[in-house]
Amino acid sequence: MSNVVEMTIVKAINAGLRKALAESDKVLIFGQDVAELGGVFRVTEGLHAEFGQKRVFNSPIAEAGIVGTAIGLAMRGYRPVAEIQFDGFVFPAFNEITTQLAKLQNRSEGFLTMPVVVRIPYGGGIGAIEHHSESPEAYFAHTPGLRVISPSNPNDAYWMIQQAIKSEDPVLFFEPKRRYWQKGPVDLDNPPAGMHDAHILRNGTDVTVVAYGPMVATALQAAEIAAAEGRSLEVIDIRSISPIDYATIIESVKKTGHLIVAHEANVSVSVSSEIAARVAELAFYHLEAPVIRVGGFDVPYPAAKLEEKFLPDADRILEAVDRSLGY
Amino acid sequence: MVQLLSPEGDYGVPAQYAEYGKYVDALTEADFLQFYKEMSRMRRFDNEATALQRQGQLGLWVPAVGQEAAQIGSGHAVGKNDHIFPSYREHGVAITHNIDLMSILKMLRGVNHGGWNPNETRFHLYAIVLGTQVIHATGYAMGVNFDGKVATGNPEIDEAVITYFGDGATAEGEISESFLFAAINNNPQVFFCQNNQWAISSAVGTQTRVPLFERGAGFGVPGIRIDGNDVLASYAVTKKHMDDARNGAGPFMIEALTYRIGAHTTSDDPTKYRSQDEVDYWKQRDPIVRLEKFLRRQGIQDSFFEQCDVENEAMAESIRQQTFALGAPPIENMFQHVYSEAHPLIEEQSAWLKGYEASFGDNEGGH
Repeated sequence: MSNVVEMTIVKAINAGLRKALAESDKVLIFGQDVAELGGVFRVTEGLHAEFGQKRVFNSPIAEAGIVGTAIGLAMRGYRPVAEIQFDGFVFPAFNEITTQLAKLQNRSEGFLTMPVVVRIPYGGGIGAIEHHSESPEAYFAHTPGLRVISPSNPNDAYWMIQQAIKSEDPVLFFEPKRRYWQKGPVDLDNPPAGMHDAHILRNGTDVTVVAYGPMVATALQAAEIAAAEGRSLEVIDIRSISPIDYATIIESVKKTGHLIVAHEANVSVSVSSEIAARVAELAFYHLEAPVIRVGGFDVPYPAAKLEEKFLPDADRILEAVDRSLGY
Repeated sequence: MVQLLSPEGDYGVPAQYAEYGKYVDALTEADFLQFYKEMSRMRRFDNEATALQRQGQLGLWVPAVGQEAAQIGSGHAVGKNDHIFPSYREHGVAITHNIDLMSILKMLRGVNHGGWNPNETRFHLYAIVLGTQVIHATGYAMGVNFDGKVATGNPEIDEAVITYFGDGATAEGEISESFLFAAINNNPQVFFCQNNQWAISSAVGTQTRVPLFERGAGFGVPGIRIDGNDVLASYAVTKKHMDDARNGAGPFMIEALTYRIGAHTTSDDPTKYRSQDEVDYWKQRDPIVRLEKFLRRQGIQDSFFEQCDVENEAMAESIRQQTFALGAPPIENMFQHVYSEAHPLIEEQSAWLKGYEASFGDNEGGH
């Protein structure tokens, strides 16, 4: 019998980090306020007390420095897990991530590996002020040399953070902050196969809905409503944004002929743009309608009182389902 | 400013810099001759590379003429367990650490982006985005601290890190952040700034309103200015502060005041922004000529200098022939080491390109 416990995503990442810290003394956790406070979302709560200042420590408020020193520490043989406090604060580190972290393995012709994890709480829906609700994953998915993943549930959160830390490649780990307190079962014994595999969370026959991170719960909610209306949605959590597991998506599209891709990020030149293009190439004759993208509008993330209208909800996904089936 | 060797080649240690004199006292004549050999080798290499670029053999060259004393002196002060994080003009430091100079020419020819082994050589890859190497060095030095390889009192164990950057790079945020991270972690680290006075066409006054050696002080990184065209000052001051760093004294900054005699790169035209008088002034302070005057006063004969010329000509001829022999890299190189672990896009696109190239057959001049 498996050892399954119920926990929130916050607790699951915390437990995954604790396990990684215990398994290798090369693992270091740092960022703003991650030590005594345990991070502003308490993801690292208790780790400083348990592992000490040499393993879990606060960094200056300098994101380029946080990622830059993580790179130097990785060159030294460490496996740094750097926290960026909020999505909108990653940009001072953008240069270090895209011109250095992503390229050093290639530049060194493999003499260096870059086992660095950058954790970023992302997405909206928490009523926050500007720069605290963004979804910048496409910038990083566009950059060769990076891996970009995002768990949607506690089990994935627990295992994927450990898999990210074990990877020799740099991994951007996007945490769905408005789902942080969502509870779910975590199987402490049996990890999912890989951090880049898409999971079919609900089987269906009429329309495939692809989502990741915070939008997975919304997609599942839409599927529930659709079922009551006699429509069968297949929900795929891709879990990984770079690379994307197209085999699972294509197999589903071959069955349904209809594809909706949903995320919080604005849709232009986004992850859904890429999936739409690739599916059109790989499964053109199986599509019975154009791929429809559901996401934020191409505007700066709005003030909190408007975010409900900015973020896709189950109804916006269902509207897309209607359009797709209407072709 | 610490100057131990005057432009006329006179050696003397001013009283206030007595602490540095003992590092020169410990040198032998063989060391002085080695400095000269490597400085003249660096100059000859540099001139050969410029010629190769002019002949279309290199895409670009980044000359460091005039900076030989700053680089050869400081490079020799780096211990066998220490680590070097260069910018992209540290050809002389590379010489002091026996880096195959063809590795540098391969980059500038467009064969690869570096590719020497930084773990084995302890000379890390050239960094083109200004200041990035400085924050990497800072993280690396934090790791040296975490490993407990500082201030053990055992020279076989203790390590320090030196990072090179120019006056232009000091304006980059990563360098200020590096001072801060290095200071709060008491890093075993020397920040070696070659102030060659020009960042392409921008004079140093564009980057700073205070002397650069004072830049770190507010972060907790004290500094000193040296005559960057004085190889003995460069060696002695770097040696002392690397020793101190290894012994737990924390980070330190050295500003080597020198001059970029040549262009920023072979794509630059310095006549647009600086006077010939200024360049001539600095040519009068040539670091190699200065050391030669010193050595001749020590009784070193023509034969030594002639022998250096012979060896340098042979080196130039050798790199010239090796450059001609460098072919284009195999196409599949671009897909290699993008990731350490398997990646489906890389596999797919690499396979596609292979098939595409093969579709032309041998008659199309395929590779």
